[in-house]
Amino acid sequence: MRASLFITCYNDTLFPETGRAVVRLLERLGVELDFHPKQTCCGQMHANTGFRAEAFSQAKRFVRMYQDAEQVVIPSSSCVAMIRDQYPGLMQELGNAELRGQLEALLPRVFELSEFLIDRLGVEDVGAYFPHRVTYHASCHGLRGLHLGERPFRLLAKVRGLRYLPLENMDRCCGFGGTFSVKNGAVSSAMLAVKLQDVLATGAEYCTALDNSCLMHLGGAMHRQYAGMRTIHMAQILANTESSPMETTP
Amino acid sequence: MSQAKGEHAILDPALAPPFPQAALPVLRNPQLRKNVAHAIDVIQAKRGRLVAEKADWQELREAAAAIRAHVLENLEFYLEQFEERCTAAGGHVHWAADADEARQIILEILRQAEATEVIKIKTMTSAEIQLNPFLEAAGIKAYETDLAEIILQLGEQEPSHIVVPALHINRSQVREIFARRMGLSHLSDDPKELTNAARAYLRQKFLSVPAAISGANFLVAETGGVAVVESEGNGRMCLTLPRTMITLAGIEKVLPRFQDLEVVLQLLARSATGERMNPYTSLWTGVTPGDGPQNFHVVLLDNGRTSILARPKHRQTLKCIRCAACMNACPVYRQTGGHAYGSVYPGPIGAILTPQLAQMHHAQSLPFASSLCGACYEVCPVKINIPEVLLELRSEVVNQERSTAGRVFDPLYLGLRVAHLIFSRAWIFHLAQRLGRIGLRFFTRKDGWIHALPSAGGKWTQTRDLRGLPPQTFHAWWAARAREGK
Repeated sequence: MRASLFITCYNDTLFPETGRAVVRLLERLGVELDFHPKQTCCGQMHANTGFRAEAFSQAKRFVRMYQDAEQVVIPSSSCVAMIRDQYPGLMQELGNAELRGQLEALLPRVFELSEFLIDRLGVEDVGAYFPHRVTYHASCHGLRGLHLGERPFRLLAKVRGLRYLPLENMDRCCGFGGTFSVKNGAVSSAMLAVKLQDVLATGAEYCTALDNSCLMHLGGAMHRQYAGMRTIHMAQILANTESSPMETTP
Repeated sequence: MSQAKGEHAILDPALAPPFPQAALPVLRNPQLRKNVAHAIDVIQAKRGRLVAEKADWQELREAAAAIRAHVLENLEFYLEQFEERCTAAGGHVHWAADADEARQIILEILRQAEATEVIKIKTMTSAEIQLNPFLEAAGIKAYETDLAEIILQLGEQEPSHIVVPALHINRSQVREIFARRMGLSHLSDDPKELTNAARAYLRQKFLSVPAAISGANFLVAETGGVAVVESEGNGRMCLTLPRTMITLAGIEKVLPRFQDLEVVLQLLARSATGERMNPYTSLWTGVTPGDGPQNFHVVLLDNGRTSILARPKHRQTLKCIRCAACMNACPVYRQTGGHAYGSVYPGPIGAILTPQLAQMHHAQSLPFASSLCGACYEVCPVKINIPEVLLELRSEVVNQERSTAGRVFDPLYLGLRVAHLIFSRAWIFHLAQRLGRIGLRFFTRKDGWIHALPSAGGKWTQTRDLRGLPPQTFHAWWAARAREGK
């Protein structure tokens, strides 16, 4: 099976280890990956901050770039939600009929990582080994935008050695919200403080998610507070095996 | 006390400070945050249980959303039908284009009734038009009769929630207000004793005041009737004892048929207070000779609503049945409470309703007062896609602001313009990554983390570290790997 990897702008820049893990994981599962070298951003930051024309031009770029892809896999639930929930409106408002048609044809072929593994590849046990205590943060876009439901838990349940610790108030936002974290920095921090209490109370070694943006937020606070927990994208857990252990990151 | 001196909440969108600023005193007030979070958690838990027991909850939501959407598509028809039937039943219907007109109409009715005092059922619409201070200035004293509203009125505080307006005040604070204002120094903070104090205070008003003002949860076009739901029975008293009764209602409150109440009342009680049915549901139509008020008026308030109605994407805002489930579910509201929104309508619905009622002249910070987590949309009983409207309004605010002088060098506006350039071409993106790595090296500590950034970045690093940029981007790794033949 072939798939095109859209890594997303912030994973490319800030979390390349997540991208490397996706490649290792999917190639191990027999997926032939390609990577469009001219990819940049899905436009989420601009769309969510009210810069609609800019978001549209990035959306247009994405649709044109991937219109011939067999399927696109994206290890970021908020970027997939952007594409699924916001692209149609943007195209309706600012696009032409050709673009709308291209988007409509492309959308069913765009997958978030856990969707791709479970719905497309039909695997839950990806052969991973991760001997740690882990809690899972259901990012808002994964939870309410993509309705990922049980998928992340089914994947984690099959990871050997992993002990899953449930998170209280799992459906509560961590307060990131993109530019919200800066425009409303104090409120965002108050939300983060409350979320972090629940996350730390699990006693896990790692907090995982399917979106590095929430993890950047939670991880940034953990690092600031010497909290003794770290964040890790689920792709990195799933890529990890006994014979080929995880890359270490600062 | 929940508010120190000089921190009195301003709920006038024209005067209130922007949300990020208005939120600060609350964030620094542990008592207030605890009161808000506790009250919300209690309601949320009750709501969760009662929604879960309804197997047809999603179908009910669909039905209510369809009814409300249909009303908004045909609002003129249903309002005229309501006017005709209410008038036929002996009521008087008045149309108010804005807050000022509504206040004048109400004042005129009260003057004709020779009322110097008026009792009120809880109505957020009257708070929207700032009716109490207006009447006071005109020599008419308004007495709130809802327990929470009494607490606010006596404590000289502002509502922070549309269903439980005093949720930011705990019972020891209520005791303090009652003891001080009712002269009951012996009062304890036992809820029963506090309720009895309020009851004694209210009975005098119910028996002596000749006029009452209510809001409306719904207007029924088919019958010309009005529906009010409440928990304490104070509304029932206001509806039966005074000679003159005035109902102030936003024009969007109309429902086509009496039987539509079956759908919306089920949703409202469960969503608002976590009850299967609210304790008191009052329905009345016009005037009944010899029973209840003999002089009945309905004031239909526009105050910006038709301008919302005119815009298809924004119209859904007016589907709202004021249950407040969105604010109870909102992680932002849970931290800030209602006063930070600078409006009588706080929380997610306030964040979309307030700037639109102000015709985008005020409250431009409110559409940004959300992390877009979607919890509001998930719980909304009439399926208002609040995040979608927030995004619409954000785009309008940006269009208003982007060319103004003050924003040209605003770090956020500048940043987003530069970011767009960066994302428009891969080579610029890759160049920016390289330059970023060089630039951020200066701020990156030996442990590979950034602890402090200047400008807008400082808003991040005030509470969070940021990992420094790794030496190799993913795309560079991919390219190198391809060169090595994997």
